[in-house]
Amino acid sequence: MAFNKPAIDMPKQMPEERIHNFEEVARGYTKELALEEAARCLQCKNPQCIKGCPVNIDIPAFIKLISEEKYIEAAKKIKETNALPAICGRVCPQENQCQKFCIVGIRGDPIEIGRLERFAADYERDAGVEMPEVVKDSGHKVAVVGAGPAGLTVAAELKKSGHHVEMFEALHVAGGVLMYGIPQFRLPKEIVQAEVQYIKKLGVDIHLDNMIGKLYTVQELFDEGYESVFIGSGAGLPRFLNLPGENLSGIYSANEFLIRTNLMKAYRFPEYDTPINIGEKVAVIGGGNVAMDAARCSLRLGAEEVHIIYRRGMTELPARHEEVENAEEEGIIFTLLNNPTKFISDGRGNVKEIELIRMELGEPDDSGRRRPRPIPGSEWRLPIDTVVIAIGQSPNPIIQQTTEGLETTRWGTIITDEETMLTTIEGVYAGGDVVSGAATVISAMGAGKKAAQAINEYLKKKES
Amino acid sequence: MYKIVTKKELTPNVKFFEVHAPAVAHKSKPGQFVIVRGKETGERLPITIAGTDPEKGTVDIYFAEVGKSSTELGLLEEGDSILNFAGPLGNSVKIENYGKILCVGGGVFVGAMLYQIEAFKEAGNHVTAVFGYRNKDHVILEEEVKAIADETYISTDDGSYGYEGMSIVEQLLEKNKYDHVFTIGPTSLQKNLSDMTKPYEIPTNVNLFPIMVDGMGMCGACRVTVGGSTLFSCVDGPEFDGHEVDFDELIMRMRVYNPQEKIAMVVKKMEAEQ
Repeated sequence: MAFNKPAIDMPKQMPEERIHNFEEVARGYTKELALEEAARCLQCKNPQCIKGCPVNIDIPAFIKLISEEKYIEAAKKIKETNALPAICGRVCPQENQCQKFCIVGIRGDPIEIGRLERFAADYERDAGVEMPEVVKDSGHKVAVVGAGPAGLTVAAELKKSGHHVEMFEALHVAGGVLMYGIPQFRLPKEIVQAEVQYIKKLGVDIHLDNMIGKLYTVQELFDEGYESVFIGSGAGLPRFLNLPGENLSGIYSANEFLIRTNLMKAYRFPEYDTPINIGEKVAVIGGGNVAMDAARCSLRLGAEEVHIIYRRGMTELPARHEEVENAEEEGIIFTLLNNPTKFISDGRGNVKEIELIRMELGEPDDSGRRRPRPIPGSEWRLPIDTVVIAIGQSPNPIIQQTTEGLETTRWGTIITDEETMLTTIEGVYAGGDVVSGAATVISAMGAGKKAAQAINEYLKKKES
Repeated sequence: MYKIVTKKELTPNVKFFEVHAPAVAHKSKPGQFVIVRGKETGERLPITIAGTDPEKGTVDIYFAEVGKSSTELGLLEEGDSILNFAGPLGNSVKIENYGKILCVGGGVFVGAMLYQIEAFKEAGNHVTAVFGYRNKDHVILEEEVKAIADETYISTDDGSYGYEGMSIVEQLLEKNKYDHVFTIGPTSLQKNLSDMTKPYEIPTNVNLFPIMVDGMGMCGACRVTVGGSTLFSCVDGPEFDGHEVDFDELIMRMRVYNPQEKIAMVVKKMEAEQ
């Protein structure tokens, strides 16, 4: 077996520096680093990496173009199947997708596909994106509800097929969770907006401040002449623990904490008007990517001591390994095998302490992870100024409640056909977190691609 | 962008805007609110809708300048545009013929109360209106409510105009039998009124406005305990049964950013002076 060179590291801001700013942590490959990494790719005849990609990017082809220093062509190759490469290159969990299947990875580090994708996309953006040729107008009109990763993907795909596409976004900016959820230091908002601009330049109209279900119902969209509607309204409803004292001031849902910080730019208060209270000691409840984001934002907002409180252990943390590593480097304290039982007031309506109970791991549960169970009598109290509850989100229910015939599961997710993303209403498709429950950006985009294909076929069938 | 068609300065810190937002105007109902953001750095401010003209495509709002974002919003003039105006959000008040109803509005919210009263009158109710203000200088919409309600009483906290404080409400509740009470105004007023109507067992609908960020069910900042359950004012309300609301918790939650509001105003003043 040939000796495999290790993967090329991506330059990062040093932890001691980056915990004081909101600038991007990972700085991206230079041309030289990208070429070096691309040279490691074996250009397999039977590439396995593509199997791991929810949007089937021709990975060996774009890496080959990078090797040939054809960076813009590389970006275009990716964009054939992925409208948002600068985003996916940053936030996809590549270790569980393309890179997991990489042949080079069997005996060493897999090719850093995500870093190369990011490099190509950033290179193209800096050079100025060329627009694809305008496709002849098909005469069909489609409404896309929600301008997050799923909706943006559907809109781009359908526009490329020549349809008239209009997007309806409830918030004051397009991008969904990419804008309100994922922090600036992991995904700069300028990059998200550049990708949104690309989709607008394709000819997609985006209506902001439009909350479907309130301003217009899905039925009213059909009445307005849209022939098909895609719902990508996301998982915006925060879950709470339902513990005593949870409504004390200083206790935020992760959504509120991240919306204030990212969308409303509370880290730039008072230049921006929206404030956030951070204090000295912060506890983030939960062990996923959102919890890591909230914990790392807390440090940057000026907290001195930030705990991740999770009921299982380090190996069970659902967050990406890379994010856990970043958090550890930055000094986040992992208070694991602990679960909150109640929140204690300072007597003036603010949270002062959390009561935690220590946990131990028992037998594996249905998910295969060892089931945590409380150790009786092990309660203890952690003094705290701010708590962020990051235990997951459910779908926002407004559209489901106002659309007759749209069937949902008992978790509030919209029921769809797995292959076509068709809902229980003819012409209405759905995808992303509103169907899957809170998941990844790329899986939402994968669902968007499937839906776009099905909508195309549906519109074609209507013609005949 | 949403154009300000008409602007009125009603008191030194209360402004009225008629905003061009045809789709919102078409859909709005009494009790619902809009989220307004005047400019890029502004907060998302929830403001209760106080009327619409679907033909003109306009929505009426009244707001008090209580913080930096609302003060800067108040600086916009007729012909200027508001950056964001999202709505209608929240649930509307159920308009039907309840019979004899008491409608209590307070402060800047009398505009939103008047919007409800118009709808209640149209549905055939006998409406007694009590509009309360801090003092004489803050009285607005007096003529307008008198023209619509069957009976109107004006009160001020200091008694400088009309009745003093909540005394008139006590008298009315003693003398009359109301089928339903509706209120929108400062949270302390809604709490006091709910306490007053409870012994009479009169169903009392309050319209809450806790701190909100998105106003669309995403953040949970506006969570309020109603009948022991945590609900979101933005999507489950903003109208609730006043006898079930935990007002003490709500009032504490509404004060949480008071220090920041002061900082923002001081910084703004310093910048203006430079």
